[in-house]
Amino acid sequence: MLRVENLSAWYGEARVLRDVALRVDAGEVVTLVGRNGAGKTTVLRCLMGLHAGQRGTVELDGRDIGRLPTHRRARLGLGWVPDDRGSYASLSVAEQLTLPPVLRPRSSAERTGLAWSLERVFEAFPVLYQRRSVPASTLSGGEQQMLALARVLRMGARLLLCDEPTEGLSPLLVTQVGDILRQAKRHGVTVLLVEQNLRFATEVADRHYLLAQGAVAEALDNSAVRSRERELLAYLGI
Amino acid sequence: MTGFLQNTFNGLVSGAFYALLALGLAVIFGMLRVVNFAHGAFYMLGAFGAYVLLAEAGVSFWWALLLMPIGLALFGMLLERAVVHRLGRLDPLYNFLFTFGLTLILQDVVKSRYGVQSSPYATPAELSGSVDLGLFDFPTYRVFILVFAVAVCALVWWLLSHTRVGVVVRAATERPELTRAFGIDVGRWVTPVFGFGVGLAGLAGVLAAPMRAVNPLMGADLIIVVFAVVVIGGLGSIFGSVAAGFGIGLVQSWGEAYAPPIVAQTLVFIVMAAVLLLRPAGLFGREESAA
Ligand SMILES: Nc1ncnc2c1ncn2[C@@H]1O[C@H](COP(=O)(O)OP(=O)(O)OP(=O)(O)O)[C@@H](O)[C@H]1O
Ligand SMILES: [Mg+2]
Repeated sequence: MLRVENLSAWYGEARVLRDVALRVDAGEVVTLVGRNGAGKTTVLRCLMGLHAGQRGTVELDGRDIGRLPTHRRARLGLGWVPDDRGSYASLSVAEQLTLPPVLRPRSSAERTGLAWSLERVFEAFPVLYQRRSVPASTLSGGEQQMLALARVLRMGARLLLCDEPTEGLSPLLVTQVGDILRQAKRHGVTVLLVEQNLRFATEVADRHYLLAQGAVAEALDNSAVRSRERELLAYLGI
Repeated sequence: MTGFLQNTFNGLVSGAFYALLALGLAVIFGMLRVVNFAHGAFYMLGAFGAYVLLAEAGVSFWWALLLMPIGLALFGMLLERAVVHRLGRLDPLYNFLFTFGLTLILQDVVKSRYGVQSSPYATPAELSGSVDLGLFDFPTYRVFILVFAVAVCALVWWLLSHTRVGVVVRAATERPELTRAFGIDVGRWVTPVFGFGVGLAGLAGVLAAPMRAVNPLMGADLIIVVFAVVVIGGLGSIFGSVAAGFGIGLVQSWGEAYAPPIVAQTLVFIVMAAVLLLRPAGLFGREESAA
């Protein structure tokens, strides 16, 4: 579904990504793990077309999207859950839930598309229903994270790009985020997940890429991550 | 007491002009991150356009009130497409210089044709005379301005808070990049929003024609106060700019009545300095949007 080749990125003169290559197949949940500053957020921003200094190939379903403007990529089904949770202070919860347009189904086989109805969103996230008319700035961190996830699910994104959705959340909320991601996966959504929490990563994901100093150092499966957990944790500095 | 009420009313009327102009500046700044220095010149063009339409084509005030804002909005959209948009990719300084230079050009074009003296513009017959507001009589035209400006501000507020376009404009104003990442073509809204802001300036200009001196420099004097208003309200805050517009109108009017002249003349800037010291992002601004 997603194929990235030779992706390099710069901040001014400083090169922060070096020929990153990765693949995510339809229906998979794949994580990108790596230390602080490894370049994980930059990879996602490049995929969204938000990073000006980038070079390389980005393909979605075999189509080169590397030159498309950001909004067109979103309309092809990329759903960004940014690391700061992307809340708007001047929009109510309901307004920002319905801000992204609902994407049409891609094919006739996919009759209804992936988009969640508002009723379904509110059923899955009762807290958002309770707080639907308040500005998102008054939500707690966990509630903002739920909003960020609900927003791209309602949009009907086919490939979620989640940037550390569990960061700073209580264990209960981490479980809840895991449930949502698994539920999305069951409905055919593909996920590229940036994660520092290895335990969480192995619970929700199928495969993992280890990013080090802006390059993919290793591709790992779940059993490899479990058996090398101590080594990896030490490497990640956690 | 009557004197105080009269000062208050006059303050609200001048505040109405500040509010309309600040509102236009705020939507333009919010959406484009461009400080439109030509805003005062567009206001002047609105007033002059009304004058020329009446003097040379016999077009009434009411038609001018409709046509000038539309005409200026189209002119603004053209400018945005042709120049502002292109300069937007460069340093913000370029648009600063462009809108500033445009102001000088527009002023001089008008000056060379009509001179610097003020042109008279008669109050429309329907709005001449005065109305009894209980404690005192008030010129009908000024009452009209106040009611009209409040209605326009309320309409804009309603559009922003209750329509899809309003949500998109607010979202793009607050976080343009994120909004594009949600599949919204922010660029498509930029030109109409610029035109809308310019049209509001033109509207204020037409309203000013019967009441204020119509001359090429009428916008230059006013716009400095309007910039202070926008800063006090909080850059990019739409509600803040309107509230600060009326507030500054009141403060000025009371200052002129009750404070020594030297204080009255600088009162706006004293208020601005005080606000900036206490709340650097302005009264209704958010810290991040002040950056
Ligand atoms: N705005 C910026 N200007 C300059 N350098 C930056 C900027 N943002 C990030 N960097 C640098 O780019 C590199 C990659 O940053 P990035 O945010 O992608 O890392 P990350 O893996 O997401 O880290 P974290 O775990 O802290 O979120 C880092 O070395 C960082 O210092
Ligand atoms: Mg990051």
